[in-house]
Amino acid sequence: MIAHAIFFYTFSIIAVVSAIMVTASKNTVHSVFFLILDFISISCLFIMIGAEFLGMIMLIVYVGAVAVLFLFVVMMLNVAQQKNQWFAGQQSSRHIPVGLIISTLIFFEIIIVIGGWKYKPEIFDINNSISQASISNTHSLGQILYTDYIHVFQISGMILLVAMIGAIVLTFRQRSGVKRQSYIKQISRERAEGVEVLEVQSNKGVKLDD
Amino acid sequence: MEHLSTVFQEVYKILFLLVPVLVSVAMIVWLDRRVWAFVQKRQGPNVVGPFGLLQSLADALKYIFKEIIIPSSSNKVIFILAPIVTMTLALIAWAVIPFSATQVLADINVGILYLFAVSSLGVYGIIMGGWASNSKYPFLGAIRSAAQMVSYEVSIGVIIINVLLCVGSLNLNDIVIAQQNMWFVIPLFPMFVIFFISALAETNRPPFDLPEAEAELVAGYQTEYSGMMYAMFWLGEYANILLMCAMGAILFLGGWMSPIDVYPFTLVPSAIWLILKILLLFILFALVKAIVPRYRYDQLMRLGWKVFLPLSLIWVVLTASYLFYFNLLPVN
Repeated sequence: MIAHAIFFYTFSIIAVVSAIMVTASKNTVHSVFFLILDFISISCLFIMIGAEFLGMIMLIVYVGAVAVLFLFVVMMLNVAQQKNQWFAGQQSSRHIPVGLIISTLIFFEIIIVIGGWKYKPEIFDINNSISQASISNTHSLGQILYTDYIHVFQISGMILLVAMIGAIVLTFRQRSGVKRQSYIKQISRERAEGVEVLEVQSNKGVKLDD
Repeated sequence: MEHLSTVFQEVYKILFLLVPVLVSVAMIVWLDRRVWAFVQKRQGPNVVGPFGLLQSLADALKYIFKEIIIPSSSNKVIFILAPIVTMTLALIAWAVIPFSATQVLADINVGILYLFAVSSLGVYGIIMGGWASNSKYPFLGAIRSAAQMVSYEVSIGVIIINVLLCVGSLNLNDIVIAQQNMWFVIPLFPMFVIFFISALAETNRPPFDLPEAEAELVAGYQTEYSGMMYAMFWLGEYANILLMCAMGAILFLGGWMSPIDVYPFTLVPSAIWLILKILLLFILFALVKAIVPRYRYDQLMRLGWKVFLPLSLIWVVLTASYLFYFNLLPVN
């Protein structure tokens, strides 16, 4: 039990500190690395409460894919040189009032949502029954997700699909005058189109590209 | 006192797993170079020790005595962290590999997801190394490898779903036991081929070694590394290759199970069978390196997104409908 507590506090301290460092660190790429550290420690916490499936999915989706793309974009923007001076520059101080208003709004919204949250008494029973039965975390998640919540699950999938198609439509544009490499054309080229054997007379040479 | 003895027991187990893995990584480098040489009618490393077996040891000694150069304009912390991350991630994944029904360090419920997660984290070592070097070639190599590994991970994930549909469990031992009657390589043969090619791309092996294409990018993300740090990248890369081979053996070739369940074969310890299967897959990796030319970058992306992803998705639908129609779904 003591070991459990030690691990819990280690991971949660790492999570909180790295979450603060995401906003506080001066180098943008460093903040992405701290974000990754945060994701990893959160997934460790998930595993500690017995939600191993969620923890692994967190690692695969957020750390393995989303954060890679974050890193990708931040590195490409080359913002490493512009130091992210915290509350110091003239530029950023103008945005502080707006940011403060928005963050207070979000803070009160969260308080309203969490304050009105009541656990159904049945949920505690379900929790107990799961821990007693020898069903693994993944199985129980699947049994709920694909039976009771199938419509919600499918709708969330649809929303993701719509978002993906929307992003593609917004960024897709047909540019004219761009040479495209056609894969089919390239591999179906025959010797006859590419090679020509010429009789070359001495001292005359051959003129190509006519 | 009781806690301490369990800790020591675990440390002993971990060492008993890690030391053979590291030794076999050294041997596998020798095997790779040897197979490569034989395909090209050369001898390969054959001077140090019998058949050149100690070549990797000699190389390692050379790397240890070389100076570690840290470029002055690099980001030092991340520059040093990058090879450590690569090496650590390549080694921690071995915790869940089952060498027999009981010989497994951590028999966790979500073993295959853990393997998948760790192999998808492998890209960070490369990105960190490429970015922290603060140099053009490493950066280009890192960007290439990030795009490549993220794309091929998707098809590997879908292939894993195919296997999971047939097994009904995420535990690696359950996956092996489900192949008692028939290895999954037979009903899922196209998926095995796609897995093999995706594994080549995931581990940056030829023909998909664009992150370190020496004709274009010097040595890719490793350009600025020297001495032991370079060797750690190298070891991590080969440990990852071995890991992908082990994953292929477990998912498709029956893991630690003997090919035929009759008397003389069952005497052989199951760990030996797993090692033989890993070796078979690795020799295939080495042969591919020797005989296939490097892919062009746009063709690599096209292969991942336009060929492998649709194919494996279609196969998921096929497998699911077949299992559903013939009432073979593994429901417990």
